[in-house]
Amino acid sequence: MSVAVGLQGVTKHFGDVVAVDNLDLDIHDGEFFSLLGPSGCGKTTTLRMVAGLELPTAGSVQIHGEEMGIRPPNKRPVNTVFQSYALFPHMDVARNVGFGLEMRKVDKAERENLVAWAINLVEMGGMAHRKPGQLSGGQQQRVALARALVNRPEVLLLDEPLGALDLKLRQQMQHELKELQREVGITFVYVTHDQEEAVTMSDRIGVMHDGRLLQVDTPETIYEHPTTRFVADFIGQTNFLEATVTAADEVVLANGDRLRLSTEHSGGTPVAVTVRPERLTVHGRGEAPGGTHRLDGVVDSVIYMGNAINYSISVDWMHLDVRCPATLAGDRKYVGDEVTVSFDPDHASVVIG
Amino acid sequence: MDVVVDPGLEHQAERARSRQGFLMGLPAIIYLFVFFVIPLGFVVMYSFATRTRTGRTELAGWNVEAYERLGEAVVRAVAFRSLWIAAVTTLLSLVLAYPLAYFISTRRPATRNMLLVGVMIPFWSNFLIRTYAWRVLLDSDGIFTRIMSGVGLGDGRILFTNNAVILGLVYGYLPFMVLPLYAAIERIDWSLVEGARDLYASGWSAFRRVVWPLSKPGVIAGSILVFVPSFGAYVTPAILGGNKKGLMGSYIVDQFMDARNGPLGSSLSVLVLVVMLMGTLIYFRQGGRSL
Repeated sequence: MSVAVGLQGVTKHFGDVVAVDNLDLDIHDGEFFSLLGPSGCGKTTTLRMVAGLELPTAGSVQIHGEEMGIRPPNKRPVNTVFQSYALFPHMDVARNVGFGLEMRKVDKAERENLVAWAINLVEMGGMAHRKPGQLSGGQQQRVALARALVNRPEVLLLDEPLGALDLKLRQQMQHELKELQREVGITFVYVTHDQEEAVTMSDRIGVMHDGRLLQVDTPETIYEHPTTRFVADFIGQTNFLEATVTAADEVVLANGDRLRLSTEHSGGTPVAVTVRPERLTVHGRGEAPGGTHRLDGVVDSVIYMGNAINYSISVDWMHLDVRCPATLAGDRKYVGDEVTVSFDPDHASVVIG
Repeated sequence: MDVVVDPGLEHQAERARSRQGFLMGLPAIIYLFVFFVIPLGFVVMYSFATRTRTGRTELAGWNVEAYERLGEAVVRAVAFRSLWIAAVTTLLSLVLAYPLAYFISTRRPATRNMLLVGVMIPFWSNFLIRTYAWRVLLDSDGIFTRIMSGVGLGDGRILFTNNAVILGLVYGYLPFMVLPLYAAIERIDWSLVEGARDLYASGWSAFRRVVWPLSKPGVIAGSILVFVPSFGAYVTPAILGGNKKGLMGSYIVDQFMDARNGPLGSSLSVLVLVVMLMGTLIYFRQGGRSL
């Protein structure tokens, strides 16, 4: 797979603030890649450096192997969908969408064809002569998308494009964006702080925190096997069991239990074992099956969620959140029940930080 | 329990609110009416009145002679000269003010305010005094003249020419151009410029296609604010132009004072008013709101 966007040692300082710190990343051709992280983590700055709207303090940005250096945005083979859409308020939809083609001096007949294609692609046919101010947020979003896609960029950069939409529209657009990306086959680099959005749409995710790229992998691996406490916590809910590495492939929990878990950290390193609530199961005391790790505890609280039941269970040194599929049968537990919580060590990960 | 509200009550409350608003505006309304609307009425009335042989204006024998005289060659020449000077002043102010306004609006907020205060500093001293200062500078042995002839730009003597008038007007009205331009440019969302750059526009194209059209309300507002007073200017032409060549303002004064022709002076004033009103109308047509 060839590399669409390559970043090596990319660093960006704003005065004393280090926005992006020595970032290395290869984004593959044709993939839907998300940069995920809380606000201020440097994800948007990274995107802007690819677009050329910001120049790196140090490091190299390449697009399809070509060094971008200090090349201005208008000379880069990428287009951006801005968080605020940045539609030109004094131009109608067709002029907005055709702007890039006009700037590249594409002749009028071809331009009109392409504009019509792009407007149809985002299902905005019939709105070509409206001004952005006459469109809803969702419609403006589509126009911004069409305006970028019509240029057939090698890479499309999207900066929280769904952030301003309400939940329902956002979910619909998530689906449509993914479809669209498959249809046009362009590499998408998508910046978001919404972990659910990143998980549902992306081929791969890069999680950023404090200017650093913490983990790059598929959504499944990031969710099931986070490598740092931040990633585990940021993506979904999880339990952290404090532990210490004793030897290669073994950690000891705070209560003295030993667990065989693969870890690259050396002996004595304080770590945590993370297990997702839905990877824990609750049994009557002593009824847990073999081959699992077991912890005895007492049910603290029960929350019925409709499709699931959330238990909070206190083992002697901490609380565990457990999420069980709701069943009609009587294996439901109640507050005060003495139980055993179990998990398959394959579903646990050792995290640091 | 049924609550019955008399629909008349709501109406009454609304009327009371509107009356309250009117009462608060009343002092200013009275002031404007007495000192602006009534005198303006007199001007319009005078323009249809008769000039007696002794030069008195008689409010009788209503006629449109004063308006017919607006078509005379002398009046046309004065009007066109004034239009020309106002147009050149406006254009020069725009060319000078735009880059400055752009510069100010792209600074950090603290710097911006300081620069804006700088633009307004000239207002702290009297307009008349400042215009007389130009006369000193432009005098035949003034600094301006010496520098100009020193660097070989003619003999530098421009006092009592149209150029001196334009110089004085640009100097006096430049802040009126800078401030609305600043307000318009400052309001532009810079992500639009980034959007344009991202869509292959060079810096110049981004300016021409995005910044310039979006700053147009400021261009129009500033142009009107400079053009309108330049067209009717009296003090600057009187001091720097030497009044050898009549401009609208001094020509009107001449009619009242020297020629003792009240009706013509009034019809000329009405003409100036109409030109100014047209300018304002164009501004509002262009979608401008804040002057």
